[in-house]
Amino acid sequence: MADKMHIKMTVNGEEQEFLAEPRELLIHTLRERLDITGPHIGCETTHCGACTVTIDGKSVKSCTMFVAQANGADVTTIEGIGDPDNLHVLQNAFKEHHGLQCGFCTPGMITRATKLLEENPNPTEEEVRFGMAGNICRCTGYQNIVKSILAAASEMNAAKEAAE
Amino acid sequence: MIPAAFEYYRPKDMAGVLAVLEEHGDDARVLAGGHSLIPMMKLRMAEVPHLIDLQDVAGLTGITIENGTVRLGTMTTQATMIDDAALLAAAPIMREAALQIADPQVRYMGTVGGNVANGDPGNDMPGLMQCLDATFHLVGPDGDRDVAAREFYEAAYMTDREDDEVLVAVSFPAPEGGYAYEKQKRKIGDYATAAAAVQITKENGVCATASIAMTNLSDTPIYSEEAGEALIGTSVDEAAVEAAVAAMLGDIDPTEDNRGPIEFKRHAAAVILRRAIARAWSRA
Ligand SMILES: Cc1cc2nc3c(=O)[nH]c(=O)nc-3n(C[C@H](O)[C@H](O)[C@H](O)COP(=O)(O)OP(=O)(O)OC[C@H]3O[C@@H](n4cnc5c(N)ncnc54)[C@H](O)[C@@H]3O)c2cc1C
Ligand code: FES
Ligand code: FES
Repeated sequence: MADKMHIKMTVNGEEQEFLAEPRELLIHTLRERLDITGPHIGCETTHCGACTVTIDGKSVKSCTMFVAQANGADVTTIEGIGDPDNLHVLQNAFKEHHGLQCGFCTPGMITRATKLLEENPNPTEEEVRFGMAGNICRCTGYQNIVKSILAAASEMNAAKEAAE
Repeated sequence: MIPAAFEYYRPKDMAGVLAVLEEHGDDARVLAGGHSLIPMMKLRMAEVPHLIDLQDVAGLTGITIENGTVRLGTMTTQATMIDDAALLAAAPIMREAALQIADPQVRYMGTVGGNVANGDPGNDMPGLMQCLDATFHLVGPDGDRDVAAREFYEAAYMTDREDDEVLVAVSFPAPEGGYAYEKQKRKIGDYATAAAAVQITKENGVCATASIAMTNLSDTPIYSEEAGEALIGTSVDEAAVEAAVAAMLGDIDPTEDNRGPIEFKRHAAAVILRRAIARAWSRA
């Protein structure tokens, strides 16, 4: 068996240090080692996006990254985006517009959507659909997810304008 | 889905990469974006006792356009190919193709080098590189070597690259004229049922040059020289397009799989090529 590696990473602003086999998948590190269970395992084959996290500014399916690759990285999960007492604009928009039913896909959806809106603060409906194409939902039919993201975008833009 | 155990290396320079490759031979492999290799390791279809992560190796990223030559460092991601304004100006077909690969998350990770070195007939970049007459730049223990993309592919997962060689960059002459990358797939994130890369130039209303390559219709990408030649000197009228399609159909050799039977794939290939030629010609 390969030796364990000394791993250091920042997750949701907190320094984490531990020993792990390099082959450990980042999603397992998050869920089982660090007890960060927001990112879900849907397919484990890079298709569904339920495991999406942000790593050094990229949306990444954490079932397709070894913990060794994330050594030194800055990782953000849904837990770092908002919490029940202080929902992110996107979380609130999903709630308001019925952007979720069972909720299984939602952490990955919202984590991906934060990055999408950062790169493109004013997307068209088509751009939202294209930018969210790596995330699968089995419940909503996507209509309300798209609506939620568009609503969050206009709210964020309005807030930005008000601040200026 | 836990892959077999491996030793992990993250060297800072190419000498460090080559040292591990030399010591462990075909027990060692490089890891770029990992979005072809890691799924294979998880399925245990690939076992890599010594895995060399290229993410910290200096000099493998960046896009340069100089004296009419476009060069992409092997670690250039699909997301970068989509966002790079200079690349869009010099070779817009790259962005058009990259947008049709996988989904946003995969495109942040997948690299041009991993895509062309992988050898999977489903990958989109190899056919595109053949259309653009690209050169692959390799380094190995015996020094540097350049290989033409049109000479690189031998069979599925078999390429001209030796086990101890590493791809550092791809380069190609900045294409002129009209272009199109057309891809038929079952859904976003799927590999091609059929895809066509076309570059065409026009002079006085007549086709002056044409380059055509097809993806996922044989166990390698297919550069169809005859299909291109069928267009040259014509006004790209229906007869010329049908001659090009017939030539292409003579060069491909699709197999039946879950994307459909052979006849369907040949049909899809013809439809896709007609569309790609029409769009490239309209832009020429
Ligand atoms: C859900 C999903 C959908 C996808 N859809 C598509 C698609 O539609 N079209 C498409 O083209 N691709 C698709 N891909 C593949 C994706 O584009 C890959 O990222 C790409 O094929 C490989 O690039 P990589 O950087 O991830 O390479 P890796 O997975 O890291 O490596 C792939 C292979 O190339 C070798 N390699 C990598 N870099 C080098 C180098 N510099 N020198 C020598 N050898 C090297 C590795 O050793 C390995 O054998 C998809 C992937 C997923 C997960
Ligand atoms: S669990 Fe990672 S993409 Fe589905
Ligand atoms: S809300 Fe159930 S999978 Fe999306």
